[in-house]
Amino acid sequence: MIKLEPRGERSKAMAYASPVFAFLLTVLTGVILFSSLGINPWHALVTLFYTPISDVYGLTELAVKATPILICAIGLSVVFKAQIWNIGAEGQLLMGALTGGVVALQLIDAEGFWVLPLVMISGVLGGMLWSGIAAFLKVHFNSNEILTTIMMNYIALNILLWGVHGPLKDPQGFNFPESAMFGDSALMPILIEGTRVHFGLALALLAVVAIWVLMSHSFIGFQIRVIGMDHGAARLSGFKGKHLTYLTMLISGGLAGLAGISEVAGPIGQLIPSVSPGYGYAAIIVAFLGRLNPFGIVLATFLMGLLYMGGEMAQIELGLPLALTNLFQGMLLFYLLACDVFINFRLRWSGPRKPASALRTEG
Amino acid sequence: MDIDLITNILYAMVRTGTPLLIVALGELICEKSGVLNLGQEGMMLMGAVIGFIATLTTGSLVLGFALAMLSGVLMSLIFGLITQELFANQVATGLALTIFGTGLSAFIGAGFVGKPVQGLDPIFIPVLTDLPLIGRMLFGQDLLVYLSFVIFGGVYWFINHSRAGLMLKAVGENPDSAHAIGLPVFRIRYLAIIFGGAMAGLAGGYLSLAYTPLWVENMSSGRGWIALALVVFASWKAERVLLGAWLFGLMSILHLVFQGLGVAISPNLLAILPYLATIVVLVMLSRDKLNNRLVAPVSLGRPFYAKS
Repeated sequence: MIKLEPRGERSKAMAYASPVFAFLLTVLTGVILFSSLGINPWHALVTLFYTPISDVYGLTELAVKATPILICAIGLSVVFKAQIWNIGAEGQLLMGALTGGVVALQLIDAEGFWVLPLVMISGVLGGMLWSGIAAFLKVHFNSNEILTTIMMNYIALNILLWGVHGPLKDPQGFNFPESAMFGDSALMPILIEGTRVHFGLALALLAVVAIWVLMSHSFIGFQIRVIGMDHGAARLSGFKGKHLTYLTMLISGGLAGLAGISEVAGPIGQLIPSVSPGYGYAAIIVAFLGRLNPFGIVLATFLMGLLYMGGEMAQIELGLPLALTNLFQGMLLFYLLACDVFINFRLRWSGPRKPASALRTEG
Repeated sequence: MDIDLITNILYAMVRTGTPLLIVALGELICEKSGVLNLGQEGMMLMGAVIGFIATLTTGSLVLGFALAMLSGVLMSLIFGLITQELFANQVATGLALTIFGTGLSAFIGAGFVGKPVQGLDPIFIPVLTDLPLIGRMLFGQDLLVYLSFVIFGGVYWFINHSRAGLMLKAVGENPDSAHAIGLPVFRIRYLAIIFGGAMAGLAGGYLSLAYTPLWVENMSSGRGWIALALVVFASWKAERVLLGAWLFGLMSILHLVFQGLGVAISPNLLAILPYLATIVVLVMLSRDKLNNRLVAPVSLGRPFYAKS
């Protein structure tokens, strides 16, 4: 019989190995899936994970895709460390895109260096507003943040849809549900000439460093980590749980808002119904896959960005549905959670069943 | 507003509330055993797509609903395996189930979007259907709505009046004590998880085979999450789940009411109402911390590891 036995101590090695195992298991399942669909699995894997980045332009596109995911995920790492389940990055991203976009549309003819910062700040504030509401409800009304943030994702999406179908619709847009294109002053500068890599990437990397400093080298980061590990101990030490709830939620919401405005003021350039193909949800997986560690998150972000590009490539080359990306995302998270058991437990071969363990093994 | 309109609104309220009722009753049983499965949305979508494809290809609605339930069960077993055998965090696993179910259902159903299927027809119960106001609402619905009444009655009886229901609650309140007096904690939790999966699958099938007989990606549009909030709203009581589900049904069809009143509001803004209402009731009900602790199953969301 194989039995799981508590290790007594967390295995650090397993914590880092688990995402790798999860990825390998996902690929393995992919191979089985592709074979059963009559697709050459090797060809499929190459299409998914190599073809999209086989040239320099592909690599720069990966950076473009990675930008919003990275900004969201690094923010989520803070709030997840505090054991607060902000599932609302998607809605906060959309809200950031919307509020920033509204400001950009007001300033469509304005010129000057101040336009873009104003647009960006509005976007950040939009995201903070959205996560701040959930934090407020959690702190003062004890509302479950998972449910409130999820609901606010749907609300944000519908407000955006209302906007682009209604008051924000471009009057010259042939009745498409899209806003007008933003003015040049409100658009993100391009970092590398001839590509779509924009200033948002620099902001994303800046955010990674800032969050790393905050979490690993500041007292606030220490408090956040303690409160996540042991709420009671944190309270006894006099840490203000409510303040930290607000702080972590506002950081993650603000960054998600930044991701949103970086998208609409970056590669998109206007408000459209489909600002995000689920970047906010992907960022949750990235945060876990990266072990809530800034460098892990950077690695996981590129994998996730690649998965988005690979999904598009597989749609074109293999005729597979675009949902392949979401399917792989879900599998990755499943396998990660399953592999994570070995952080706290080890496998042990035991002899014939003892009566005492009968219940466990039968159940 | 005239009588006809009110009759229609009541009818649509129950019809729209039915999928919520079915999922929420499944989740209620699941949570009573101490297991929090946030994967309702994913299980519903799988039920919706599998049920739809089965009915489209075979023409059999019975087979469609059966396979919808089966796919919900299979999904819930993945959840059970990871949370019960591998002690994974239930919140994260449920979330993974939803992301996975959303992706897999869209993947499987990509070739079936927009195809029509002959959905479930209403069954009019003679005489009773013609009752004023509530006739259509309670006696002019399709079979699944009637079935939801039966499921509700069964769940109510099970929780409040059956010995097995008592065992279920014991496991949810204190798995260690339940284990100590010899209750099979894991088996009971698995059964509760499976029941939740079956109900979610059935509710998904209701969406794609009766409510709007077609398959669209993501067609459950948050109903699985609303159902989770409903269970909290209902303070884990079956009768309040029924009330809540119909109330949310009403929220989702308010556009009919506004049309009746001659008020023009953007459909996108009206679509916000059920989600907004969910937040409002959550806030109202969770304000009292002590009460929350009293009504929720004590071990909800915590893994159980039999030490012996």
